[in-house]
Amino acid sequence: MSTVEYMRTIREKYNKLGYAPYGWHKAEEAPPWTALTRSLSECRVGMMSTAGTYVAGQEAYFYKDDTSHRAIASNTAIDDLRFSHLTENYLPDARQDANCAFPLEPLRKLADEGVIGGLADNVFSCMGAVYSKRRVDEELAPQMYDAFAAEGVDVAYLVPL
Amino acid sequence: MCLIARYLEQRGIPTLVVGTALDILEYGWAPRAVFMDFPLGHGGGPLHDPAMQLAIAREACAAFETLSEPGRIISSARTWPDGDAWKQGASDDGADDVRQPRDLTPRYQLEADRQLAEAAAGD
Repeated sequence: MSTVEYMRTIREKYNKLGYAPYGWHKAEEAPPWTALTRSLSECRVGMMSTAGTYVAGQEAYFYKDDTSHRAIASNTAIDDLRFSHLTENYLPDARQDANCAFPLEPLRKLADEGVIGGLADNVFSCMGAVYSKRRVDEELAPQMYDAFAAEGVDVAYLVPL
Repeated sequence: MCLIARYLEQRGIPTLVVGTALDILEYGWAPRAVFMDFPLGHGGGPLHDPAMQLAIAREACAAFETLSEPGRIISSARTWPDGDAWKQGASDDGADDVRQPRDLTPRYQLEADRQLAEAAAGD
């Protein structure tokens, strides 16, 4: 069976509902590239999700262009993870088993096994439904770069909702 | 997420996007990507399936070392455990509003989370 055409489906749905279309940004230029400088088994791995993950006790996300992020200690108990995201219809499984959208336990296991050199002390999430590309470019992306850099990560494992 | 991946990569952090929407991944053109043909919300894998979740993370991490061409997407051969029936619902453009209100109110998963967070903020 062919893959789901999410962009077409969501555009048509929003059009029927009278919503402004969600504007995915089409990249026109080939992506930049940074080669790994060491083997993965020596890399400190960072992780980030756009699923609106937070830890019980942290502030949840709001749904209108929230460009904040949460730092989540990578030894956090999986049952303390929560999710808030504009499209809550994609969250029911993650809310029962956070690893569905925020694969913290699998990455911890790979660190234990030595497949990756280690997991950063803090991993991250934001709420990905930001309708303003300008605010992603000017607020969210620089914030996430600073956060990953402060963790001293060698590579970043990124999981969109 | 592809915008963030490109931003990080541009500034010297190698990235890998592990996504479940192929058309959105192609449009955003991340430096490295692994696609799994799973329902949205399952980039880590199926519910309560730690073996498959671990296998996915292992497979995805390997792509850091095997991908060498900017912008290529590896399509995983993994299939969703319950078959493809979920695609029917995901392709439905019916007019059910699945979005929550877009405003500035934090939306807690649990009421207890709100109380905890508000107590922490009040300290």
